[in-house]
Amino acid sequence: MKNKRHLSFAAREQLAGYAFLAPWIIGFLTVTLYPVLYSVAMSFSAVKITGSSIKLSWRGLYYYDQALNVDPGFTIDLGKTLFFIFCFTPVIVVLSLIVSVLLNNKFRGRGIFRAIYFFPVIIMSGPVISTLLSKYTVSFSDAIPQIYEFLNSLPDTLKSPSVYILDNIILIMWFSGVQILIFLAGLQKINPNLYEAAAIDGAGTWEKFWKITLPHTKTLAVICTLYTIIDLANYSNNAVNQRITTRIFDDAGRIYSLSSAMSWIVFIVIMLIIGAVWLLFYLFSREKSK
Amino acid sequence: MNKSAFIRARKRILGTNEKMGILPLAVILMLLIGIGFVFIYPILYMMVNSILSPDELADVSVNWVPREIYWGNYRKAIETLDFFTSFLNSVLMSAGPTVLQVTVTSFIGFGLARFRIKGKTLWMVLIISTFLIPDQVTKIPRYVLYHSYGILNTILPSYLPAVLGQGLKSAIFILIYYQFFASYPKALDEAAEIDGCSRFRIFYQIALPTAVPATVLSAVASFVWYWNETSQSTMFFGEKIKTLPMQLGIFTDRYTALYGAADALNEVDRLNEAVTLAGTFLSILPLLLLYLILQRKFMQSVEMTGIAGE
Repeated sequence: MKNKRHLSFAAREQLAGYAFLAPWIIGFLTVTLYPVLYSVAMSFSAVKITGSSIKLSWRGLYYYDQALNVDPGFTIDLGKTLFFIFCFTPVIVVLSLIVSVLLNNKFRGRGIFRAIYFFPVIIMSGPVISTLLSKYTVSFSDAIPQIYEFLNSLPDTLKSPSVYILDNIILIMWFSGVQILIFLAGLQKINPNLYEAAAIDGAGTWEKFWKITLPHTKTLAVICTLYTIIDLANYSNNAVNQRITTRIFDDAGRIYSLSSAMSWIVFIVIMLIIGAVWLLFYLFSREKSK
Repeated sequence: MNKSAFIRARKRILGTNEKMGILPLAVILMLLIGIGFVFIYPILYMMVNSILSPDELADVSVNWVPREIYWGNYRKAIETLDFFTSFLNSVLMSAGPTVLQVTVTSFIGFGLARFRIKGKTLWMVLIISTFLIPDQVTKIPRYVLYHSYGILNTILPSYLPAVLGQGLKSAIFILIYYQFFASYPKALDEAAEIDGCSRFRIFYQIALPTAVPATVLSAVASFVWYWNETSQSTMFFGEKIKTLPMQLGIFTDRYTALYGAADALNEVDRLNEAVTLAGTFLSILPLLLLYLILQRKFMQSVEMTGIAGE
């Protein structure tokens, strides 16, 4: 007790802060850091299970080589997943921006619409999605064949993403719940005086959207984009994650190691994409402020 | 027609600055209804088809409006899902971790927001990085780790990380609380401190009660995410504790075990789309009810919290 009194204010502040942070630090060391490091170790070593103990023996980059050059489907599935992310992300971000701008208007019954648009987040789960989307929902190709005729006439680079997006439109929408919330919460924070001032100066709805709303959502759009990429990459039903799961108990003596190596390859690729998006945004906003 | 009547009509249709006119409103509603329909189409489809009898399911003329409500699918689905046990398991594995996770993340968020600690940036980066690392990277090592702790197939693989701020998407909740506590006036704290209030008491008697919006938001999101998580939980405690979504994942196998193989059976007992959809609906029904009760409060919380940092 006496000792404590001698501590300076700053030191006590440190102590108190770390006391609040302590659960996280302990948790990070005990249940998060160890598995991450262990996973890295497994991706570089052969795993041998004897009884209840696990032995690792160093194999270098062997499993990374296996994943990239030997496993027949991995690179294909990785490509599929990247295609999935590249197609979905822009649509999700734009769609959720549009929906949140619509929902942000003041009209009667908007509560009901908000409730509906947040529905997907509530029921999003692997089993539910696979039951609902794999077999039982009608694809839009049956409903409006003309759209497909039109899309089929496009060059291939345009055709395949747009057909893909249209085929998966419900899934895309179901991934946008959180993003709609992020935008909606951000839109609420725009000072209404800005709109009033603009209206007095004769700005219409259209101009107000482009000159006030959109610039204010820039940061939100970046957050949404990053969130979407991570969300889609971690989605357990995407092609590459399904492959990783089937490779966990690989029977060719590559148990655990191969799937760990695959996970880390995917992780690095996704981090590169996130870094690129962030860099683009950074350069873009610097250009603007000059 | 005189001029003022014309202006009035124009105002009503196109709207003024204060009030939206009929035309923009109609456009907005049309768009919202259109997109909204695609949003909930699968759910409507599921609800309608889950009450179709086997005869009607085969009948092409019955599309959206069933002639009668056939509850047989639900009876079978309840049995296949082992509904009541699974439901209680789901509550046990969602409510518990949610309470722990929300409590602990609010605690951590408060610490980060209110104290000038050294190395704060480092901790923030580490917290965000735990969100970036996908679950499948750490799934197997966690399994090995929990195995060595001897806690597999107990409630602990879910409860232990939650109580240490490492639960499902804990990083998001820490950030929500961090942002909330960083933005409310510090004067309250200081006044309490002068009156001799301990830091912990400041947290739970002053700071936490003001953070109701952040808590509602975190609690609902956390509950839903825990409820729907299957890929890790199947591995960590799936042998002993089966939740509703887990049962749904093995629905076909369970049904076959209970009622026999699909093609060996007569029309009535065969596993059909309607039964599967009834099962799907049952597995999310508790969440739907919870959401319907809380949605107003939830939406208000979203508006007041702001999930993304500005």
